[in-house]
This record gives sequence, structure tokens and C-alpha cells, in this order.
Amino acid sequence: MKAVLTGNESAAWGARLSRPKIVAAYPITPQTTIVEKIADFIANGEMDATMIHVESEHSAMATCISAEATGVRTYTATSSQGLALMHEMLIWAAGARLPIVMSVVNRAFAPPWSIWSDHMDTVAERDTGWLQFYAENNQETLDSVILAYRIAEDRDVLLPAMVTEEAFILSHTVEPVEIPDQGAVDDYLPPLDLPHRLRPGEPVGYGSLMMPDQYMEIRYRMARAMRRARRVEEKAYEDFWDTFGRLYAPVEEYKMDGADVALVIMGSIASTAKDVVDSLRERGRKVGLLRIRTFRPFPAEEVRKALSSMDAVAVLDRSYTFGHLGALATEVRSALYGSSPPIKNYIVGLGGRDVRVRDLEWIVSDIEKVAKEGLDREITWVNLRGGEE
Amino acid sequence: MIEIRFHGRGGQGAVVASKLLARAVVEEGKYAVTFPMYGVERRGAPVAAFLRVDERPIRLKTLIYEPDIVVVLDPALLALVNVFEGLKEGGSVIINYGGDPSRLPVDRGKYRLFVVDATGIALDLGLGSRTNPIVNTAMLGAFAGATRLVSLETLERVVREGAPAKKEENAMAVRRAFESVREVT
Repeated sequence: MKAVLTGNESAAWGARLSRPKIVAAYPITPQTTIVEKIADFIANGEMDATMIHVESEHSAMATCISAEATGVRTYTATSSQGLALMHEMLIWAAGARLPIVMSVVNRAFAPPWSIWSDHMDTVAERDTGWLQFYAENNQETLDSVILAYRIAEDRDVLLPAMVTEEAFILSHTVEPVEIPDQGAVDDYLPPLDLPHRLRPGEPVGYGSLMMPDQYMEIRYRMARAMRRARRVEEKAYEDFWDTFGRLYAPVEEYKMDGADVALVIMGSIASTAKDVVDSLRERGRKVGLLRIRTFRPFPAEEVRKALSSMDAVAVLDRSYTFGHLGALATEVRSALYGSSPPIKNYIVGLGGRDVRVRDLEWIVSDIEKVAKEGLDREITWVNLRGGEE
Repeated sequence: MIEIRFHGRGGQGAVVASKLLARAVVEEGKYAVTFPMYGVERRGAPVAAFLRVDERPIRLKTLIYEPDIVVVLDPALLALVNVFEGLKEGGSVIINYGGDPSRLPVDRGKYRLFVVDATGIALDLGLGSRTNPIVNTAMLGAFAGATRLVSLETLERVVREGAPAKKEENAMAVRRAFESVREVT
């Protein structure tokens, strides 16, 4: 069914079609309309789920953990400070191997207060053991919720997953979206069958003290599950293509054939960048785009394959890890270790600052200069008032 | 690609209008993307909404800086906001105005000016209150009449389906404004 939806309505549709039984959430701008839409679905009898109102994001995740532990599919959504408040429970969800799916509307951290977009909130949760998928548009925001359940719930994975969409740029922007058919989603996404679910009458305990002679193996199993998720993800995309006719990949190569320099981008800026790449290509500039959809598990092999023959690589981060580079630049550099062209990191669009066509064109010109003359500096903040020191 | 900016006040329905218009455009087989000004809107304060229309899927995720068309829901905003900011030369301004259009501060050497008495239409149809008429659907009709970017029939149907209340009256507002919008030459 063709519709025009906001990113948040798309996320809510993704949840509805995935048939979670429990939705627990606490409102925060700009996530709120996801949960409002789901409340409408439930009230209208269009979604058979129970909405549990809680007093904080920490409790929202605790509620999802409790429900999911009994083998019930759960969903939640949050943003920014709300995600940060969940942090402890995120680690718990992953450690307990509960494939909860959550939409995160990327919003900058306070202070100073901002309701606008950047990736700091989800990048800060990189190491919690959650899978992370960054959507480029509203269609992907919807599809990724379904995909996330399919990948997360696979027995070889059993890790929680977050799907991100950027504040306002996607969350409150209306675009044409194809809403998949419920029957097709049901075929694609079988009911959750959690092997270690709690059952009445079969008392077991999880999460108790583990001595040093055993703890490390538990973490290794999580690491192995992340690694296996790569293969599960590929299969999920193949089947998604067969069922719904839309193609996804952990890494999307756009006009990389014959490119001398490449932009590497996560999220909605990649969408604008496709227009920029097209127009520069028409003018004979050899630039391509590598869009990173899956940040965890990081698709290092694909990144290496796509980028190692470039003359120079521009990595755009809509976030920053204080004291070093942006998180994506760090990952790309490590993926290319030993075979690396010059990589320059561009910090862009924090707190919702618009990343315009002319900004992207400037980055391409700058990285072309790096390709000719070598690296002048490893990181630069783009479009900074007053410039850098 | 055609880029459009709506100027209204919080609570006037500019955002709802831009969404309905996007739906109508998409129903006619074209592509549309719409978004509100990414702000913290309050009732009565000046707000803006944006719309892109194209024959191809729209990938630009940036704000709109140089619109082709500006739609003004409240003429009093002309004194508060530079509604012409970035408007392309030869672009169109569609203003809700029932008075003598020669009094409007519009550079008609640079822009095409269209006027419609959306307030009169809304009051006549009982949309909103006497002090706060809801003119958004009338302005959509005026938009369609002035630009022909979407047909009256599709727009009427989408408004009838999508209006949160007074569906028939809103559809009627679309038709009346479509028929009465005029270019000031």
C-alpha cells in the first residue's frame, strides 16, 4: 500500500507489522509521535499489543527485558537523553541475549539543549552489544524494524537491535512510503521462538554471579553472535529482496565504479550526497559514495574492499568522540589498516545543523586536494562559525 | 524540482496543509516530500512548512533556501517575517488577502502575485472560529488554482479524506479558493 508518512509514522508501521505483544516507552521529543501512533493503532484495534506506560526510559527498557525474557516480542523507542538513561538496561538486554528491537530518533545531547539531529546518542551506545542500523529515508526506517527483528531473533544472533532515524530530517518529514502487506511480513518474520525463555513451572536463574573462570567465555559467545550476525544479515536482505523487492546491504556502494575519491556517510546525509555525486559525476569528477547502514556489526571487510584502492577517502561523522576522531572515521581507518589511502574526517551537522549541497561539494573538493597533495590534517569541523583554531 | 514554503502561525494548520498537498501530489504519480520548520513551534507564533515536488524520487534532505513558490496563510506575517527570503526571481507568492492587492508590499517586477480571500471563505464555511478562522484548506485550493501542480479533483478528495474535521466544508473551501484565486497583474 502506497502512503505518505513521516519517519516516525514509518517506524510505528514497522512495529505494527512486526506484531510485538508488548510496547513500553516513555515520551521524549522527537520520538513521541512513534508511540502516539502505536497507541492509536492499539486503540483502533489494528494492533494486538499491550502498551505499558512507565516512569522513565530506564523502566521502559526494564519492562521490555522482563517481557522479552518470557519469549514475547517487544518494541520501544527513544531519543538522546532517554537513550542515555537506558544505558545500563541496554547492556542488560544484550547480555541476557534478548532480541528486543528499538527505534531511536537520533537527537543531540544536552547541554546545551537541542532537539535536533546528530548521531552522538546512538554512537555512544556502540559498545553495549546491540546491533545498529542507520536509516537513510522513511522507507528504510519502516523496513529496518522488520529486518531488525528478523536478524536479532535468529538463533545464531539473539542480540537486541536499534534502528535509527534522524530527528526531524526523517522523523517529522513526510515522504512516499510503501507499506508492506501484513501477510508478506508474517511469512518473512516468523513468531519469536526464544530458546532460553522463562517458563512457568520450570524455574531457572539467569544473570547471576559468574566467576572469573567462566565470565570471559560468555563475552566471547556474544562476540561470536555479532560475527554470525553478518551472515544472518545477508540472508535477511536476500529474503527481503525476494519478498518485498527492496534491496538493502550493510554497506551501499553508490557510483563507486571508476571513483578516485569516496565519501563515507551514515544516515540521511547520504541521501543528499547521492544528488551531489550525480551532479559532480556529470561534470567529470570521479567521486563515489559508500553509505554505511550497519554500524554494528561493522562491515569491515566490505569497507576495505570498497575503499582500499581509492586515492583518498572522506569520512563524514554526524557525531564526535571527544579526544580523537568521529566514530565512523575511527572504524574506517581501522578497517583499512595496512592498505589505507589517506583518510580525512569531517565533523558535520551536529545539533541538527543543516548539511547542505554546497557543504558536500566543498568536502569533495577538499578530498580531491588530499588525493593530489596528501593529507593536510586528519580531522576538520565543517561549516564552523568563526572557523577552527 | 519545485520547492515551496508555507508561512503561517502555529495552530493555523500550515503543516497539516503541506501534508495533504504532498498526499495529493503523490496520488497523481509524482513525488513529494514535506517537513515543518525544525523548530519549537507555539500557537500563534510564525511557523513555516516546506514542500518539494518532483517527477522523480526526491533524495535531498536539506532545508529549502531558494523556494519557487511561497504561500502566506496570514497577511499580517508580511510585517513580521521576510516571506520573500530566497524566493527565486519570477517565483510566485500566494497570499491570503481579501483587500486591495495594490496595498501588499510585493515587488511585482520580481515576483508573480496571487491573492485569495481564504479568510472570507473559511468564515463563510464555518471553518475555525470568527477570531481564528482555519484557512489552510482554502489556501491549498488557491495553490492548486494558481500553480496547477495538482488537480482540483485529487485535492478535493484528499482533503475530504484527510481533514481532521468538517470534511465537506474543507473540500468546499478547496473548490471555492481554486475558483477564486487570481493573479494580480
